[in-house]
Amino acid sequence: MDAMPGMPWPLPWPFDRTYMQLALVAGMVVGAAAPCVGTFLVQKRLSLLGDGLGHAAVAGVGAGLLVGTGPTWTALAVAVGAAVVVEWLRTRGSASGDLALALIFYGGIAAGVVLASRSTDANLQPYLFGSILTVGADDAYAVLGLGAAIVATVAVTGRALLAVVLDEESARVSGIPARLLNVLLAVLTAVTIVASMRVVGVLLVAALMVLPVASARLVARSFRGTMLGAVAVGLTSVVLGLAASRQWALASGGTIVLVAVATFVVVSVFQAVRAGAARPDAGGLLSGPG
Amino acid sequence: MNLSNGVAPVLSARGVSFAYGPEPVLEDVGVELSSGEFVALVGPNGSGKSTLVRVLVGLLTPRSGTVRLFGEPPDRLRRRWRVGYVPQRLRIAPDLPVTVGEVVATGRLPRQGWWRRTRPADRAAVDHALESAGLADLRRRPLAELSGGQQQRVLIAKALASEPELLILDEPVAGVDAAAQRQFRDSLVHLVEEHGAAVLLISHELGAVADDLDRVIVLKRRVVFDGPPAELAATGVSLGIHADDLPLWLEELA
Ligand SMILES: Nc1ncnc2c1ncn2[C@@H]1O[C@H](COP(=O)(O)OP(=O)(O)O)[C@@H](O)[C@H]1O
Ligand SMILES: [Mg+2]
Repeated sequence: MDAMPGMPWPLPWPFDRTYMQLALVAGMVVGAAAPCVGTFLVQKRLSLLGDGLGHAAVAGVGAGLLVGTGPTWTALAVAVGAAVVVEWLRTRGSASGDLALALIFYGGIAAGVVLASRSTDANLQPYLFGSILTVGADDAYAVLGLGAAIVATVAVTGRALLAVVLDEESARVSGIPARLLNVLLAVLTAVTIVASMRVVGVLLVAALMVLPVASARLVARSFRGTMLGAVAVGLTSVVLGLAASRQWALASGGTIVLVAVATFVVVSVFQAVRAGAARPDAGGLLSGPG
Repeated sequence: MNLSNGVAPVLSARGVSFAYGPEPVLEDVGVELSSGEFVALVGPNGSGKSTLVRVLVGLLTPRSGTVRLFGEPPDRLRRRWRVGYVPQRLRIAPDLPVTVGEVVATGRLPRQGWWRRTRPADRAAVDHALESAGLADLRRRPLAELSGGQQQRVLIAKALASEPELLILDEPVAGVDAAAQRQFRDSLVHLVEEHGAAVLLISHELGAVADDLDRVIVLKRRVVFDGPPAELAATGVSLGIHADDLPLWLEELA
């Protein structure tokens, strides 16, 4: 009766309705892909890159709404373009580069708001904070495709990205294309933002890239363990968050992120109790894209 | 360039000058290394050693002069895995959860192709690198749990994993205890003698390798000495002396 096309069997509550199944598919992709990419961002002290590119992507959303093409592909084009420019500015490392980042991030969101205001009956809200009610089957398959591309790319390039995280200069000397991999990581971040925008929204997606990683690395002993743990936290946050938002009619994006926040608090307290003393800091969580 | 026998030296620099600002840091520096040579680069602190190796591996571009790696300019070198570089500073963040085995395995990537699957030969090379650095028992341990000396050995194992033909190490054993230094010496000598690699070692602690060195280069913005250790000893500088004193001794050398 009311099952998503392609779902092999009916799912139990709260995923018994088509719109919840579409949200679940899109959400699980995001719950896995965002922490995969985030693991590298956190270790490179680029935790806020996702947030900045999320702001910039709003320009693409606004343009898509205005033109009426559906904002996914316009947002993707703008976010990827911004990612390449930001990475280029970052490697130059000047103070004016820092201001240029602000220009891109705030210029992007301002342009998006203005463009959207020119379009008829278009609403930015679902893209800013996510809205599972607006996820159609086409959207879910687009998210699935983007998510598969992200995970496959990380699977192939993850070891080389780790080499660059560990020591960029010795990697470069020995022939690992560090600059190219840095651009690739920025582009992966942009693609993740767009894949996530219907589920958690462009303003909250950075939380799903960073918070599960922050939780995982409190307990993990290896890089691989950090990434797998972060994916587990991401998936759990999405499933619990969607269920809670259905049960109590809450905004899905915010609820998912709050579950991720709660997980971090619980893991921190657990670790602090176990170690007998709290870790002094959560290392790099608050450092900027510079 | 030594082309008489058709074999270019592994490393050659001629007339290299470099400056970060107005003050020259390197002036008319010439260095040459052939395969199978084990050479130490010494000099007082701030004499330009780290700068010179960064120029040699292509991380910095000299103001004037030429650098050749395997006969090619650094930016045009192919099969770059032939060059291994261990930087002076440990850049790995202490809060990064990563195991010893994971770090050393990344050192193999340049050789195996960074996008390629890991083959048995690659695994064997990583195992071998871990063993020769005395880290076989520690491979599953998080890097952050290791002592400073053990972490330095991890960086050396990482460089050894790609079996480079030229290995440049910038003060890799600063603060490493004597037993670890002997192990370190053994792995370098193995690389030179079994694999015919060239090694350029910057260090003030040369006691452990003094007998194995083919040449010593003393740098004080220019090359002030380049020859066998015995000749350096004749000028009154001993490599076996305490690490803290060597830079002071070298200050005296004109
Ligand atoms: N990145 C840099 N920018 C400006 N000056 C530098 C930089 N790195 C080194 N220097 C200066 O260059 C000189 C040589 O430094 P360095 O090559 O590190 O010497 P060494 O390795 O022999 O101690 C020193 O005077 C140092 O202050
Ligand atoms: Mg130095």
